[in-house]
Amino acid sequence: MPEATLIEAIRQAMDEELARDERVFIVGEDVGKRGGVFRATQGLYEKYGPQRVIDAPLAELSIVGVGIGAALYGMRPICEIQFADFIHPAFNQIVNEAAKMCYRSNGEWTVPLVIRAPYGGGIGGGLYHSQSVEAFFTHVPGLKVVIPSNPADAKGLLKAAVRDPNPVLYFEPKKGYRLIKGEIPAGEYLVPLGKANVSRPGRDLTLITYGMTHYYALKAAQIVATEGIETEIIDLRTLLPIDKETLLQSVKKTGKVLIAHEDNLTGGYGAEIAAILADQAFTDLDAPIKRLAGPDVPAVPFSHPMQDWFMPNAEKIAAAIRQLAAF
Amino acid sequence: MALPLPEETLLEMYWTMLLSRRLDERAWALHRQGKIAFHISAIGHEAAQVGAAYAIRRGYDWVAPYYRDLTLMLALGYTPREFMLNLMGKKGDPSSGGRQMPSHWSLKRANVISHSAPVATQTSHAAGIGLAIKLRGEDKVVITSVGEGSTSQGEWYEGVNWAAVHKLPVVFIIVNNLYAISVRQELQMAVANAADKALGLGLPGVSVDGMDFLTMYQVMKEAVDRARSGDGPTIVEARVYRITPHSSDDDDRSYRSREEVEQFKQRDPLLIARRTLEGEGVLTPQKHEALEQRAKELVDEAVRFGESAPYPDPEEAAYPVYAEDVQNA
Repeated sequence: MPEATLIEAIRQAMDEELARDERVFIVGEDVGKRGGVFRATQGLYEKYGPQRVIDAPLAELSIVGVGIGAALYGMRPICEIQFADFIHPAFNQIVNEAAKMCYRSNGEWTVPLVIRAPYGGGIGGGLYHSQSVEAFFTHVPGLKVVIPSNPADAKGLLKAAVRDPNPVLYFEPKKGYRLIKGEIPAGEYLVPLGKANVSRPGRDLTLITYGMTHYYALKAAQIVATEGIETEIIDLRTLLPIDKETLLQSVKKTGKVLIAHEDNLTGGYGAEIAAILADQAFTDLDAPIKRLAGPDVPAVPFSHPMQDWFMPNAEKIAAAIRQLAAF
Repeated sequence: MALPLPEETLLEMYWTMLLSRRLDERAWALHRQGKIAFHISAIGHEAAQVGAAYAIRRGYDWVAPYYRDLTLMLALGYTPREFMLNLMGKKGDPSSGGRQMPSHWSLKRANVISHSAPVATQTSHAAGIGLAIKLRGEDKVVITSVGEGSTSQGEWYEGVNWAAVHKLPVVFIIVNNLYAISVRQELQMAVANAADKALGLGLPGVSVDGMDFLTMYQVMKEAVDRARSGDGPTIVEARVYRITPHSSDDDDRSYRSREEVEQFKQRDPLLIARRTLEGEGVLTPQKHEALEQRAKELVDEAVRFGESAPYPDPEEAAYPVYAEDVQNA
């Protein structure tokens, strides 16, 4: 199996879907000649032409709005928002239009649309190139929210998202674009939306995470394993709809739950997981459900010491694991 | 004058305007009787809408309407019965199955996309449909409408800009009735005509008397032909007047004089159309009376149909959130 970086996997997925289905096209800022500011679409403009890889005006709401219109007409647009931080101008189109279209038309109209956006800090991006925005959207019925943590999933999930008949938000851990490498199964490879993955089995506690934090979680699990703590890690992969079954099975086994994400704590996605488990796994729990999340400050600061203070890492997660294991 | 359309078509347009007016008036009556919860009126806008509808290939071209487009919808084949189901929130309402408030249109069989209540969100959808048509190399056209207040939205500029940059086959209609609920045009824009905004976006903009259905038709026809032949989008501003309050919840006495309303009633688009068609010998008082009679019967029948129709089952409110719910239904 060939090895690839996360961003190569994302590019492969788009390349294959563009080749497979002529209804698929890419639209976003700098996605054409420049190949994307992170080079996610590198080479695709040359291969598929300006009709299929479209440089949009610098206006996010209409990148999504135009995508919705094209999807209603029967196309399969992939909209790129250059940074998740810039998705907010498109909030109305995503939440009021894409998410509600199927319901409000009683199923007459659906919006098969993918919105890709790099998210997360740790790259010196400051407040407006570092945000995690998933919790705004996991609250919205009608959307699907996907966050991959490794190249194989990134490819398989993106291809599945392009084929999904609903609006799918696909947030990419940009710090991991070139940092995270892995093998990708050869040939056609799809990962179904809505299925979590037990990425590391363990008996002592369950660590539920996704995206970039999953990368740190694996390292933390290795550290504490040397101390005799066996951590089971669940990589959610799809946040909406959530795979409750996989969570409940793991908690039944371990009895302890740590939820880790980079997005800030209050109203974060971890709160929903904690609520589900408190409700449906109460008798399986041997300890309080713990959350390790970004601090409740407006966003990730630029200067490195402050950025590091904000960001989760393997040591912080390992410390939280030790504490919970000792409960 | 030389008539731009066959007599039969002109009569059909007049009939559509008349039917729209009588349905609209009945909706106000039903609201005052406490039989419906809400109505948002097209009275005064009929000529602009019918002129637009007959400029496209109905059922072939695509439409992204706004909430005041009852006449446009009727011209596209929406029926009085369907309008009553919509007003009453009854089962079978084709727009949304009773999920949306009345007059939030959708009619897939006529290529009318669903729209929401925040204004101008459909403008970029129209551009996206135009983009898809262009990518596929088809010869369809999209028309989309908003009120003049909606052109204050960034949503509107972004959508029009897209179409202008890519020369998309879209006609952007601005229905300028002078008021966005209570706020007059002067507080929405510094330009004299909403169509003047076209200058800053790089496409033609035409301001037209939207109270005259033939004038509106001719300008729209030119814009639609232009779009279809690949020459790009046009902004058409239809200057009209909203003879009624904004909605059944509005009281327009707080922001405009009765004298002003009376003055505009002299330019009622129905009266103008009747005068034109009678002057050309297309319509006679007898024919007009027959149409009135037919409209009354149709409206009466539609109300009876709507009143006897069942409400949706409460459980229907749980679906369809995702496309899978539709496929599995």
